[in-house]
Amino acid sequence: MSAHGTEFVRPRADEVVRFDDAKRHYLVGDEVVRALDGVSFSILKGSYWAIMGPSGSGKSTMLNILGCLDRPTSGAYWLNGENVAEMDDNQLSDHRLRNLGFIFQSFHLIPQLTVGENIEVPLLYLGLPQAERKAKAEALAERVGMSHRLRHLPSELSGGQRQRVAVARALANDPAVLLADEPTGNLDSATSTQIMGLFQELYEQGKTVILVTHEPDIAAYAKATIVLKDGKILSIREEGA
Amino acid sequence: MNQIRYFLPFVKLGLSDVWRHKTRSFLTMLGMVFGVGSVIAMLAVGEGASQQAMESIKRLGSQNIMVMSVKPTSEEGGSTGAQRGSLAVYGLLYEDKDRIEETVPGVLLTVPARMTRRNARLGERQLEMRVVETEPDWFEVVQRPVLAGRVLGERDMQMRANVCVLTEHGVRRLLATEETIGQRIRIASGVFEVIGIVKNETGGTVRAPDSEADAYIPITTGTKLFGEANIRYSAGGMEGEKVELSQIIVKMRGTDAVEPGSKAIEAVLARFHKKKDFKIDVPLTLLREAERTKRTYNIVLGAIAGISLLVGGIGIMNIMLASVTERTKEIGIRRAIGARRSRIVVQFLINTCVLSIGGGLVGLLLGVSIPLLITAFTAMPTVVQPYSLALAFGISVGIGIVFGLYPALRAASLDPIEALRHE
Repeated sequence: MSAHGTEFVRPRADEVVRFDDAKRHYLVGDEVVRALDGVSFSILKGSYWAIMGPSGSGKSTMLNILGCLDRPTSGAYWLNGENVAEMDDNQLSDHRLRNLGFIFQSFHLIPQLTVGENIEVPLLYLGLPQAERKAKAEALAERVGMSHRLRHLPSELSGGQRQRVAVARALANDPAVLLADEPTGNLDSATSTQIMGLFQELYEQGKTVILVTHEPDIAAYAKATIVLKDGKILSIREEGA
Repeated sequence: MNQIRYFLPFVKLGLSDVWRHKTRSFLTMLGMVFGVGSVIAMLAVGEGASQQAMESIKRLGSQNIMVMSVKPTSEEGGSTGAQRGSLAVYGLLYEDKDRIEETVPGVLLTVPARMTRRNARLGERQLEMRVVETEPDWFEVVQRPVLAGRVLGERDMQMRANVCVLTEHGVRRLLATEETIGQRIRIASGVFEVIGIVKNETGGTVRAPDSEADAYIPITTGTKLFGEANIRYSAGGMEGEKVELSQIIVKMRGTDAVEPGSKAIEAVLARFHKKKDFKIDVPLTLLREAERTKRTYNIVLGAIAGISLLVGGIGIMNIMLASVTERTKEIGIRRAIGARRSRIVVQFLINTCVLSIGGGLVGLLLGVSIPLLITAFTAMPTVVQPYSLALAFGISVGIGIVFGLYPALRAASLDPIEALRHE
């Protein structure tokens, strides 16, 4: 292990996410921007968290690091027992593929692929044979109530339906963490309620869910909330704690 | 197997992408179509020409050296041994034939021939034929299939028989009948019995020793009827020329002996001929010249095909760069899901190869049909060789990979965070 590793104690088995004094600094011109400035917390397996904060609070940087799209410049980020801060690009890719399920505000389905093919994408990269991919995609579509639309293109679906497909895709690799970025940002309130109901279901089934949002009523669905401000944690509120 | 399973969805994706942008894909593929088409067509035309040249060389005989009498140019003086008025005496002699046989190493056979154009008649029908007074060995040196009867023999020579062998075309035009063997035709002042018919194979890129309408007669008969030399007077009868032998065909023991043989013949003849009144044709040299010409031709056409493939490849690269920009978000999504850079590279390479192979396949059809059209309309022989089809496919894949690499690497190098934000 490098100098990073020796400074930190490995997380416990039930700590699926742990940040140890994680910092993310950018150099813009001569100025150092401290997007994340020493953040420490841990998220236990099977919990339901929201990460909140106004724009400029470091929320997006947190999302990128949580999603293994970016690495902290110092400190550690442990996801499922491995320190992401020490990974190279291929390791980050593999880590995303195995441990993360992404859900985006604007769904991010691949427009030229059908619902079924979209759900199959992670399975394809995981190297599953075609028959298995098909069967698994059908089961996942069933789970989010979209099995009647398998052969449709995303453009033929409503927003709520697209987000259901995105959830099915995020579940395909059976990830350690479901990471949702403003999942209802592009939905009307009725559909939002349905999608949040789906997250509630997944939480009840034992999934670890992390919402990144600026809307307090969406964050209210989660069982715990982290509020960020200026790259630091302003408050951590845990239900019943 | 695992790899194929992995690639297949991307091939499908590439195909659907091509289909979605039909016009764009078609225009992009055109460069490949013409490039691959011209490569195959060029190879087919080249191969056809080369096989044809080889055929005609074989007809001439690659072991043969043809020595021909030619009238010396006037600056060299009209006649040295003027016998009567201004009779020009030139060309090959029987002595030359003997000298070649005695002094040139590696000679297998020498065949003298005297050629004149004379009228042949059968009843009302009349045809100007080339009468070839020669020895039976002619048919040994100029091998032609015998269609009916037999060729000249030693006995015909000894008997000075009035017999002739005709070429197929001559027979068709003069006799125009089924019963050919045994027919009697009149050639100049003599009556000849037709004893055989041979196929003539004229045409091609090099001169063959036979012509369309030939009548072969024993040289002894020729001497008896027409004299020991060709003597021809101009209309006024004041000027004339005398040629003892029109041609000597020398057959060497092997192709190795041909080139030194032709040099030796040249040397021997030059010693006894003050004027340059003979010409030496070596089919083997003609063959080499034909091959050199073909090589030049191939280089030029190859360069043209190469340029059109290059242009085709650049067109594909251009479109793929546009496609990478267009699909930036898709790349971001795939990267976020967990695709390594290398998977993005492979996806875009497959996409490029689908385009280039698609173009290559259409080009292959074009490349196979162009030679057919050429053969149909110009009678130029073309041969599409199987290897050229494999070559076309290889070129298509190669172009796809070479020109797809840059766009693919560019796609893979995109930052996933930036790519996801792209609208």
